[in-house]
Amino acid sequence: MSRQQSGNITITITLLLALMLEIMPLPDGLSHFQPQWLLLTLIYWCMATPNRVGIGVSWSCGIMLDILNGALLGQHAIGLAIVAYFSLKLHQRTRVLPLPQQALTVLLLLLVERLISIWVIGAVGYPAPSLWYWATPLVGMVLWPWFYVVLRDVRRRFRVS
Amino acid sequence: MHVPKSGRYTPIKPIFTQGPSSDVRIITAIVFSFALMLVDHRWNHLEQVRASLSIVIYPLQYTVSLPSRANDWLTDLFRTRDELFMHREELQKENLELHARLQKFEALEAENVRLRGLLDSSFTIGDRVLVAELIAVDLDLFRQQVLINKGSKSGIYIGQPVLDANAVMGQVTHVSPNTATVLLITDAQHALPVQVNRNGLRTIAFGTGIIDRLELPQLPNNAEIEVGDLLVTSGFGGHFPAGYPVARVTEVQHEPGRPFATIFATPTAHLERTNEVLLVWQLNTAATLEQEARP
Repeated sequence: MSRQQSGNITITITLLLALMLEIMPLPDGLSHFQPQWLLLTLIYWCMATPNRVGIGVSWSCGIMLDILNGALLGQHAIGLAIVAYFSLKLHQRTRVLPLPQQALTVLLLLLVERLISIWVIGAVGYPAPSLWYWATPLVGMVLWPWFYVVLRDVRRRFRVS
Repeated sequence: MHVPKSGRYTPIKPIFTQGPSSDVRIITAIVFSFALMLVDHRWNHLEQVRASLSIVIYPLQYTVSLPSRANDWLTDLFRTRDELFMHREELQKENLELHARLQKFEALEAENVRLRGLLDSSFTIGDRVLVAELIAVDLDLFRQQVLINKGSKSGIYIGQPVLDANAVMGQVTHVSPNTATVLLITDAQHALPVQVNRNGLRTIAFGTGIIDRLELPQLPNNAEIEVGDLLVTSGFGGHFPAGYPVARVTEVQHEPGRPFATIFATPTAHLERTNEVLLVWQLNTAATLEQEARP
């Protein structure tokens, strides 16, 4: 198997795992702290391998997430695609930052997705979510350094470049 | 850059991506998303697309629900004989009680049909029921939805009423061959025509987005409704069969300055705790009215 293909398989598997984490039921008290797993994974791959994962992949993953969540088709897809666009634009700058600063950039990206999503929710007239809605990007930011290290090891182990 | 030991150099990664630039791509993606959302929201034409993509996604949902299935299986496995016997005895007792009550119901039903015949109004004769199980996955956090393990293969259709053992739970909103999404009555997008069981006062129960709370905003201040009243489906809207229990009124506030009373109710169905739901087909339905109860 060529390296190109095996790399794609690794990326696909991580994305599928992220999709599964998105619908993983958490204990009652924790359910509001479910981070945006899929988005975090996409941001990582956009930064690390911008020639493989980009807007198209993110958009398709977003459609999958919409179906999993029972949301409007395109509701998550638009946010994920736009965040992928920004991560692609920023990848050369953020890649070299130390992890805490990287986490801050990621927080911004996660917030962008939440903003787009809440705007769609408002536009179609769904009821506005509670303030917990804004907690998930913070959780994502806190998790980012560990998340980054794990995915980097995966990338090195399977030689995805 | 990584240099393989064999001495062959990997080709240099292209600096410029092939194909259209990222600006073109993002604009295409945004336009596409808008088109999809518009079509999905306004005309519901995409149910077929959704259903076929759901088949691809089913293995993911299945895998995620595996731990909770394993847990159920293990608890069943380690149940003692005494426990099972006790359970059986309880069930037998309950069955006997229900049979006794059913005898009275049959007589009442016959009488009801006769009286309705005198009044020349139609009456649904019976319902067909199918049991489905919940799949343990988390859907959108801020909406009240659940996923069940029966789909269009079992004849489930969009708008179908879903009950649990106690009362109305919600209605089916998306169907794929093996699964279906159920919107619960407490979702803020859901409205259900109900009537007060005690005096037949009709109104509409709106979801609030809180799992144990329904709101009845459309009753005037002098409406005859009290805390503890049982609300049942009125059968208006054509989606739900009439006469199933929905909720119990928990709070009635009359504010003299306002035209409408503030009334809250708690669903009688155990929305948070049920594992099994009943799907209902109405037999002999009257002509379906314009869908009031649609989300």
